[in-house]
Amino acid sequence: MTRIAAVIIAAVLAVAGAADASDQRARGVALPAVKIEKGEACVAPTGEMRRDHMKLLLHQRDRTLRQGLREPRFSLKNCVDCHASRETGSVLGKDGFCSSCHEYAAVSLDCFECHTPLQQKRAAARP
Amino acid sequence: MNPDRRQFLGWGAAAAAGAAAVTTLAPGFRLIELAQARSPQEAASALQRWGLLIDITKCADCDACVTACHEENGVASLGRPETDAQWIRKVNLRDQRTGYAQTLPLMCQHCEHPPCVDVCPTGASFKRDDGIVLVDKHTCIGCRYCVMACPYGARSFVHEAVSGQKADVPRGKGTVESCTLCVHRVDRGESPACVEACNKDGGKAMLFGDLNDASAEIHGRLKSEPSSQIRADLALNTGVRYQGL
Repeated sequence: MTRIAAVIIAAVLAVAGAADASDQRARGVALPAVKIEKGEACVAPTGEMRRDHMKLLLHQRDRTLRQGLREPRFSLKNCVDCHASRETGSVLGKDGFCSSCHEYAAVSLDCFECHTPLQQKRAAARP
Repeated sequence: MNPDRRQFLGWGAAAAAGAAAVTTLAPGFRLIELAQARSPQEAASALQRWGLLIDITKCADCDACVTACHEENGVASLGRPETDAQWIRKVNLRDQRTGYAQTLPLMCQHCEHPPCVDVCPTGASFKRDDGIVLVDKHTCIGCRYCVMACPYGARSFVHEAVSGQKADVPRGKGTVESCTLCVHRVDRGESPACVEACNKDGGKAMLFGDLNDASAEIHGRLKSEPSSQIRADLALNTGVRYQGL
């Protein structure tokens, strides 16, 4: 019985290992299209931004709202201004910078229930 | 050091900072200039208290302030007056005996002791150090206790999904909102949209400024002219004062 279980586990691990190989990881689910529209570098290294952008935003939102500190570096407005799509002017939508990754990772994105996902320069230029 | 002693020293430091801020070398010439606009790295400070003075005798029969406010903050009417958000409104008063009619703009009065903050179960309703009363919509659960507690009926609940928000004024369904004294403009060193509109298109009835700043026009006028608070009996020490009421 234990021998059979060991074989099954080994088989499962082998399949999982193969699936984890980078080119196959996304089988069945399209990889997110991360289009960088503007600028050479973000406000922090890419790895840090991928892991911690939500922490940076959470920290900044309380500083801005409660203390009135409107530092642009980690502000949501700053994120949207750089990362909005050239075509739509938004970080949401099919290939939107925020929504494509969040859909891939199945993490709900609540920021834009209240905040505007539109780039401001573009919005201002509209009639 | 016990807490009382520490607190006492804290007050001393605050008082010294306050004294330094208004040190004058000669009339009209300060050692340290009172800055109107803070830098983005500087937190809102209790040395300032933002307020409004509204002279009702000059308040014309227009709604420039209401239009400007709702335009600035992206508060669009959905054509349902019972549930539409209202950050500022014109109130018409008429003496029943004499028929004498007055009109005045009414919005969040930015109280020193705000009842909305007292009742908020999550701490979402709060007063910023410079006296501006705000709602932290990240923590607002939409219970509407503050709507009931406010004696001025200044708060609105957002009943429907919102789109087309302004970048500086996030708004969303299920939260409570009210006049922010255009906090995003104040932080840039500008005056609220209603005041700007009133001085441009209206009766020049509204004045914005720092109630604590001895050199501010609003401070001088409040000191030398009669003014009143709405529901002064509640002793909330409102930041919005009226003249000619």
